[in-house]
Amino acid sequence: MFTAAAPSRSFLQVAATEEAVAPPLRVVQIEGLVILKIIKHCTEFSPALVTGQLLGLDVGSVLEVTNCFPFPIREEDEEIEAEGANYQLEMMRCLREVNVDNNTVGWYQSTLLGSFQTVELIETFMNYQENIRRCVCIIYDPSKSNQGVLALKALKLSDSFMELYRSNEFNGEKLREKNLSWVDIFEEIPIKVSNSALVSAFMTELEADSPVTQSDYDRLQLSTNPFMERNMEFLIECMDDLSMEQQKFQFYYRNLSRQQAQQQTWLQKRRSENMARKAAGEEPLPEEDPSNPIFKPLPEPSRLDSFLITNQVSNYCNQINSVAGQSFSRLYLMKALHEN
Amino acid sequence: MASADQTVLQFVPLSTSLSAKVHPLVIFNICDCFVRRPDQAERVIGTLLGSILPDGTVDIRNSYVVPHNESSDQVALDIDYHHNLLSSHQKVNPKEVIVGWFSTGFGVTGGSALIHEFYSREVSNPVHLTVDTGFTNGEASIKAFVSINLSLGDQQLAAQFQEIPLDLRMVEAERVGFEILKTTAVDKLPSDMEGMEATMERLLALIDDTYKYVDDVVEGRVAPDNTVGRFISETVSSVPKMSPPAFDKLVNDSLQDQLLLLYLSSITRTQLSLAEKLNTAAQIL
Repeated sequence: MFTAAAPSRSFLQVAATEEAVAPPLRVVQIEGLVILKIIKHCTEFSPALVTGQLLGLDVGSVLEVTNCFPFPIREEDEEIEAEGANYQLEMMRCLREVNVDNNTVGWYQSTLLGSFQTVELIETFMNYQENIRRCVCIIYDPSKSNQGVLALKALKLSDSFMELYRSNEFNGEKLREKNLSWVDIFEEIPIKVSNSALVSAFMTELEADSPVTQSDYDRLQLSTNPFMERNMEFLIECMDDLSMEQQKFQFYYRNLSRQQAQQQTWLQKRRSENMARKAAGEEPLPEEDPSNPIFKPLPEPSRLDSFLITNQVSNYCNQINSVAGQSFSRLYLMKALHEN
Repeated sequence: MASADQTVLQFVPLSTSLSAKVHPLVIFNICDCFVRRPDQAERVIGTLLGSILPDGTVDIRNSYVVPHNESSDQVALDIDYHHNLLSSHQKVNPKEVIVGWFSTGFGVTGGSALIHEFYSREVSNPVHLTVDTGFTNGEASIKAFVSINLSLGDQQLAAQFQEIPLDLRMVEAERVGFEILKTTAVDKLPSDMEGMEATMERLLALIDDTYKYVDDVVEGRVAPDNTVGRFISETVSSVPKMSPPAFDKLVNDSLQDQLLLLYLSSITRTQLSLAEKLNTAAQIL
């Protein structure tokens, strides 16, 4: 019965139903070409941070990234900004002419030691999100790839965070209501890599016979100290920022409790006054006085910054852990080799 | 009889050791362009960008396709497109200049001379890269050519494509890992530790191979090869000689350092989760 009914639905209907239930984004499928392009652009300009546009197709729960192009390094100038927009249009037009998918699906950017969790990133995300329903940000870390790690990450903002960001209410109450913690700001999406059969054939041919590759050398590098030092530096900076944020909160809470105490004393005074007035047969005064400065609600500081810093700190911790883990294996390997 | 003003038919010699080096991205891009070529097109051609290294090697680092039309005796290249895209690329990376052009297909064809002439006007002595996407000989042939002029005295008669050595070792691709680049689908990127494990396995296999070779030579099963022997002795001597206590101290110190870092990062994490609990749980009474 069902099978008989299904073909009778028109294409439009099918399209409409698909539009209604957009499946959640599960996988980002990247072409090897895009990976190489991103890496080339990011490493050539490292340590300057660069960005570029990702092009591709949105197919069901998979976002295919089939091409990309780099942006020139941005400068703080109105005129150049306009030129940048022109550049983007020109590039898209040119790529369309040679049959490249010219559908923007997000952007990529390089980062230094994974310090990408900033308000700017969220703002860019919101900007993109306005135009494209589904977009991702691919983050590449050139500093990590010197250790033989392919530090590629696909991120997006979680839906609940976006909602909250739009309403711009980052107070404790709202966050408790949504049950949102700092872990829930970014969602990491698993990355798949695909290559055309042609590329795969070429690469199989071209793979060198040598049993050792560059990434092996990089991985066996014993000196991780510079990397760790910088990581620790960043971590310490972040911890300072975090404690600043926490002081802000403490200040807020102290002010709040002081205000509440003031309110209480005022209320008691007013009540006893009212009692006296009642005894004297006069009208009681109202128990609230909006004009009094102690009743003005104190603004609660936004939690966004502290959330982002927390994310950052946990990111550094993860990096330290993974690098330390690798160093352990290396050291034990060295020891074993030396004993032999 | 030979006279003093005799004219000699000769090839204008080039700087003798001209060679080219290609970035894997270029191969990827050419393949992608070929897959996406228009229906009726036989081949795709495009511009190669890069730089000339101090030692004279042409470093081909980037490329883009240029739409063209080809009939039996003429080639129409979209020059506007070429210039537009060139200026766009230069905005991003002004250091990359035109170094030549590429074409798919096996070797050089008739139209190639015309296109090469066009690129010769853009840059002196362009490199022509051919990528055989049809696998004509059953193998991936990627070749680089330059043009050499055949001249009679000062008069140019013809030009000839001469193949130059092409360096296809791809350090950049090795960094990413051939495992990812040579298969059509990879489900997930290898994590740090997996990569480390693979590397260690490879290292162990290499050491085993060396052992086996040395044993074989000692037992007389394999004819000794002096170069291999020298390499092995060089490798062994490159291990710094130090007393076991000193080495132990070194390793242990490093281990302690790493442990300290781990400890610190764990404390930080605990602190984070504590701070989060306190911050969001703090109710205003």
